[in-house]
Amino acid sequence: MIRTLLVATALATFASPALAETITIAPGEDAQERLQEALILAEAGDEIVLEAGRFTLTDGLSLDADGVTLRGAGMHASVLDFTGQQGAGEGLLVTSDSVTLRDFAVENPKGDGIKSKGADDIVYQRVRVTWTNGPASTNGAYGVYPVESTGILIDGVEVSGASDAGIYVGQSNRITVRNSIASYNVAGIEIENSRKAIVERNYVTGNTGGILVFDLPGLPVKNGGEVLVRNNLVANNTTANFAPEGNIVASVRRGTGIMVMANDTVWVGQNMLYDNPTAPIMVIAYPMPFDDPEYNPYPRDISIGFNSVDEGGTDPRFEGAEMLLAAFGGALPPVMWDGLEETPDSGTLMVHPEMKGWSLNLTEQGKGLDAANPGPLDVGAIGGPIDISDWGAPQALEARLQ
Amino acid sequence: MIRHFGILAAAAATLAITAGVQALPPPKVNDALIAGDTLPKTLGDYGFFLDTAANDPTPGVVPYRLNMPLFSDGAEKYRFVYVPEGEDVRLGEQSLLQFPVGSALIKTFAFGEGENQRKIETRVLLHRADGWVALPYVWNDDQNEATLALAGARREVTTPQGQQISYRVPNKNQCKECHGLQGAVTPIGPKARNLSAAWLQSFLGDVPEGAETLPLWEHRDTADVAATARAYLDVNCAHCHRPGATASNSGLDLRWETEAPQAFGVNKRPVAAGRGSGGLMFDIVPGDPEASILVYRMASDEPGVAMPELGKSIVHEDGVEVVERWIGGMAAQ
Repeated sequence: MIRTLLVATALATFASPALAETITIAPGEDAQERLQEALILAEAGDEIVLEAGRFTLTDGLSLDADGVTLRGAGMHASVLDFTGQQGAGEGLLVTSDSVTLRDFAVENPKGDGIKSKGADDIVYQRVRVTWTNGPASTNGAYGVYPVESTGILIDGVEVSGASDAGIYVGQSNRITVRNSIASYNVAGIEIENSRKAIVERNYVTGNTGGILVFDLPGLPVKNGGEVLVRNNLVANNTTANFAPEGNIVASVRRGTGIMVMANDTVWVGQNMLYDNPTAPIMVIAYPMPFDDPEYNPYPRDISIGFNSVDEGGTDPRFEGAEMLLAAFGGALPPVMWDGLEETPDSGTLMVHPEMKGWSLNLTEQGKGLDAANPGPLDVGAIGGPIDISDWGAPQALEARLQ
Repeated sequence: MIRHFGILAAAAATLAITAGVQALPPPKVNDALIAGDTLPKTLGDYGFFLDTAANDPTPGVVPYRLNMPLFSDGAEKYRFVYVPEGEDVRLGEQSLLQFPVGSALIKTFAFGEGENQRKIETRVLLHRADGWVALPYVWNDDQNEATLALAGARREVTTPQGQQISYRVPNKNQCKECHGLQGAVTPIGPKARNLSAAWLQSFLGDVPEGAETLPLWEHRDTADVAATARAYLDVNCAHCHRPGATASNSGLDLRWETEAPQAFGVNKRPVAAGRGSGGLMFDIVPGDPEASILVYRMASDEPGVAMPELGKSIVHEDGVEVVERWIGGMAAQ
């Protein structure tokens, strides 16, 4: 009995280090130094608490200590204001594991908002990143930007104004993005070159494109796939594209709802899609020439389940849109495919029978749309269930939500 | 590749005795502080220098210079290395010198000429048992003490070109943004390929293969332009733009040894550049520097666009010129 007790005590001590500290930081003079110093000296288990108010910052902040929580008094109460930022590529950079970010805002960073790189098991909860001047090409690229990480839980986040993607997850694994609002960005939510992601119950509106699932060549982490996009409200994504040219999202046509480019095994179902007037759902191959022998430009095993959609592409941003609209009776059917496949009839795309679609019927990857021969979509129905038991953020991260 | 570090100290002791000075122990670097686990409050604590102004290195603290230096807003730099007595230095990846535990690298940044020169900061890299630690120290107005500034600082300085700027002393984490590799802090400057053979001979007692490969920055107008540009990019960019480092996710690898043109930017599309792309399609467009994102970002001083992201608040015009010349001379495709 005594031995059992001892073991229990030892476990408890390990789970909550006796020395864990709470460090409270108030806004005001020297906020940059006081907050940054706290972030540097923090140790596992520590909580750094931002009091309510506006923290005026001149430089990027960074956190490189494992197991630290940075939290504020609410996403409208504690604001890290980077309007006068003079240096660094992002507002807040996290490079350590098991970090929790909660209840604060980042406003007007010069580059990205919050970037976490190589930061495994990170939780973003009720964090807001806003460019307060609205959509502009001079805004930073990404709002919430986890990259090269395993274990990412994003819950209740709000991002608006990003000149690339509001919530961007790149080159990562085991990802959940949910209950979040992405508005007036070029891309609302983007999952890129990543695996085992669940994107659900988000409100994605006012962007150029709503939810993008992309796989791109030339990156250290390739072969994205295993992405589930369900139960999202994707509406009114009608903002003109304001991304600086050169970036892949600059090619996203305004009015795109959910877009899958390349990738292996993606399920899109039970979403509500309204007023995405180019294409509520788009599935395409990587459209450009590339030089990367390990890259597969084609989508594979893409399932479009039942989604609640309006009439579809009523005002598409395609060359020859008028002719297309006339041909399809006033609106392009909701599911658009470019027709490109790794091998013909290989089950590239499977669509619920009640979802109408059309195809560009392209025959060659990387050759543009000139050879398009549009016609009704003719693909098989969605198949059996997919095992998603190890998709999404690891269960252990849920315990850190409050 | 072995060097023993007893000679200098022994010589100093001998000198002291023959000069008739009282038999005081020779000044010594505080080895315990370097190897310990504290964050020393002042630069003076280490005993790297004999004077409070940090001009005269303690025996065992050896000055060095680099063929191709990192640009830091035009700061004058004073670099020193300290290796504990009797320890060995080896050669690692990219010909980086591998200093033993207990070693330290010391770099002071100063602005102004001659008597008007003022030290702004001294960055210290300490090799401890559990890895390297990077610490920034900021100099006081009297120039007789530099104090630990974990959170970094800003100081008004005048660059050699006469620009008034707010110079950024990086915070401790930002040190790691450039010095980080596979999540650990590492030195990046002292590579055999970027050090003179003469210095290596005197420091190591040997000249390793590949020593002094990078061209001298001062010779940029006459040296091979490709070699000069690639060396410049290696030293100024590749600590982040390489696999395993801060900008690995960009897929851009600007190391000196990178051979695949696409990897060092030729016809490579940007990944996460945002407005840093400047509306351009490729990092390097052969023959067309103006269409190359690399040049666009180097030639910017705007946060969010400018590269490097840290340690630079003004454009390095001479660096831009070299890279422009290199890209301009590439055969258009």
